[in-house]
Amino acid sequence: MTNQGSPLRDAFLSALVALGLFAPMVGLQTHVGAHGIALVPRPLAVASLVGAVFVLRLAIRLWQGRRPAAGMSMMAGAAAGRIALAAGRARRFLVPALLALALLMPVVASRSTLDLGVLVLTYVMLGWGLNIVVGLAGLLDLGYVAFYAVGAYSYALIAQATGLGFWSCLPAAGALAALWGITLGFPVLRLRGDYLAIVTLAFGEIIRIVLLNWVSLTGGPNGISGIPRPTLFGLRFTMTDEPGTFAGFFHLAPSSAHRLVFLYYVILALALLTNWVTLRLRRQPLGRVWEALREDEIACRSLGINITTTKLTAFAVGACFGGFAGAFFATRQGFISPESFTFMESATVLAIVVLGGMGSQLGVVLAALVMIGGPEMFRALADYRMLIFGLALVVMMVLRPRGLVTERKPSVSLGGAARAIPAALIAEGRS
Amino acid sequence: MLWLGQGLGLGSRQAASWRITQGVGLAYALQQLINGITLGMIYGLIAVGYTMVYGIIGMINFAHGDVFMIGAFLSLIALSGLASLGITAVPLALAITLVFAAALAALYGWTIERVAYRPLRGSFRLAPLISAIGMSITLQNFAQVTQGARVKPLAPLLPGGLVLTRAGGFAVQLSWMQIAIAITTVLCLGLFTWLVTKTPLGRAMRACEQDLKMASLLGIDTDRTIGLTFVIGAALAAVAGLLFLLYYGAIDFYIGFVAGVKAFTAAVLGGIGSLPGAVLGGLLIGLIETFWSAYFSVQYKDVAAFSILAITLIFLPTGLLGRADVEKV
Repeated sequence: MTNQGSPLRDAFLSALVALGLFAPMVGLQTHVGAHGIALVPRPLAVASLVGAVFVLRLAIRLWQGRRPAAGMSMMAGAAAGRIALAAGRARRFLVPALLALALLMPVVASRSTLDLGVLVLTYVMLGWGLNIVVGLAGLLDLGYVAFYAVGAYSYALIAQATGLGFWSCLPAAGALAALWGITLGFPVLRLRGDYLAIVTLAFGEIIRIVLLNWVSLTGGPNGISGIPRPTLFGLRFTMTDEPGTFAGFFHLAPSSAHRLVFLYYVILALALLTNWVTLRLRRQPLGRVWEALREDEIACRSLGINITTTKLTAFAVGACFGGFAGAFFATRQGFISPESFTFMESATVLAIVVLGGMGSQLGVVLAALVMIGGPEMFRALADYRMLIFGLALVVMMVLRPRGLVTERKPSVSLGGAARAIPAALIAEGRS
Repeated sequence: MLWLGQGLGLGSRQAASWRITQGVGLAYALQQLINGITLGMIYGLIAVGYTMVYGIIGMINFAHGDVFMIGAFLSLIALSGLASLGITAVPLALAITLVFAAALAALYGWTIERVAYRPLRGSFRLAPLISAIGMSITLQNFAQVTQGARVKPLAPLLPGGLVLTRAGGFAVQLSWMQIAIAITTVLCLGLFTWLVTKTPLGRAMRACEQDLKMASLLGIDTDRTIGLTFVIGAALAAVAGLLFLLYYGAIDFYIGFVAGVKAFTAAVLGGIGSLPGAVLGGLLIGLIETFWSAYFSVQYKDVAAFSILAITLIFLPTGLLGRADVEKV
């Protein structure tokens, strides 16, 4: 933001721009009438929006004026940085606290909160899966939802065709997703950066269009319903207490809450598995090569690393976890349709990874809480919810372009504990 | 999205049902060629905006497709407003609408760059991309909230057309609308080419495209140049929005995403960063899509366009007219 001109003049100019932006789009609403389009003027809405922009801009300028050395974004950034630093210090307690909270959730939370918890954890898992591809290997994947969809549809179709349950199909769903990851990755991983991004985006759309149109297999827009629910060692969750059900075996009163709690622990376990595998892989040669690849591809190639296989493994492992998450989604909903696998999902998961701070496992959790939990809380705002979501995404990126958790901890270190590296010293990706 | 698929496939579906009854191959193909080029011109206009921004600051401006959508809405508002004011002379109304939509969409482009991208310049690579995705969501929902989620129809302004040739009951038609689209596109691209090749602004833009840091060392106001690049790109997208509205006669808040992805595909196909490449890519995508829907299936036309993108990139990683980017250590 530039700092010329008086605050009042600046605010006036901003209001003028706002008038130009809002006068037609907000001020003249098109209504489909009997004789074509009719325009309904809404001067009050425009006036209030323009006034709000004026006041906001004036407030920002006056706020900046108090401390002339620092710009608005810098100051906010510094404040957020202090918070992050404090969070870094609290990290030692934050991770066990979050884990304990996650484990105790079903005991303390209400049904709706627990349902939200399942949703957040699904996105945490997806975020951790994509983090392997984007955060560790540095490959920009805009079509991650494709693997999520492959996992969900694989599970649904295999279960329908063979009558097998969730646990038997889960490995197959993951394996099929990984296979798709390799199939897609093999030809396109030679592409650099943004070309890869657009091809993965295209792939995500292709999968969705095929799911939508291959009616004989996938049911088309109607989707697949009656997907088997998960069982606990063969015990079903039903509303009766006959033998073979969870309630019957443990002599409990049948309750629909049992299944919800079970689903919650399943996704928690799956997410933690993803996290565990990622953390272990990072210490192995494979994970180290991923990170090296992210930092400098040319240096990797010079050292004789096979770029293609390295990228392929990252793609396959990431896709596999996406497939697991998809299978879980299918079993949780009991119904899937192509509508659940739009580009918006890919964008949300990518935003979680980037907002969390690329490569940071804790960051993904915090970002998922903010991005998924936040909009759910504003459900009352209805149509305005996604508008606010989009704006919040922009504001968060502008204030903290490196994400919530910016520092990075080396996977291995010589002697003593690894020390965190502050964001300022990480050069990767700075063009 | 469903609606858009129907809209884009409309002409070809009518034709397809006709094809079953009689088979006049050449005339049918000619008609598809005309339809494909018309669609391709709209894609090309949008693709230019993507490729310019990518060439200069190396970011995928995800919100560009939504600027196109805003442009279409602005055109609809302007046309309805003019009609209610009693200005019904079609060329005059179209000219006023064109200027109005382009100017205001340009303001949108400028504001987006200023608010969402400029603070992130020189920052980490993915930050502007996420910011752009956020902006795209914002614009889509902004249009939905302010203008409603319903599809907005527009009565055809220029009905009829020229019948080029007849073959066995099938008339190859070049509609007035298609002629208007072609003329507008060629004029806009001509103006744009002049701007890029002959004016100081164009020189500054090309310098920024070659080397942003060097350009700023040599006294070019890079922030201003980048801002103006967004302004020009948005104005062209708004023109495309107007043409889309006229050609299909209906818009909704979701058209930006699909058209945006296709146009970006076109830009990549032509070689991103190359301006003639963007137009060429747009034409190719339009043709592929039209011919695929005419001869194979309407449902899978996007699959065809995207698959050809992937195949092109595998064998020609820099696109058709792009330069190989040699990375030095």
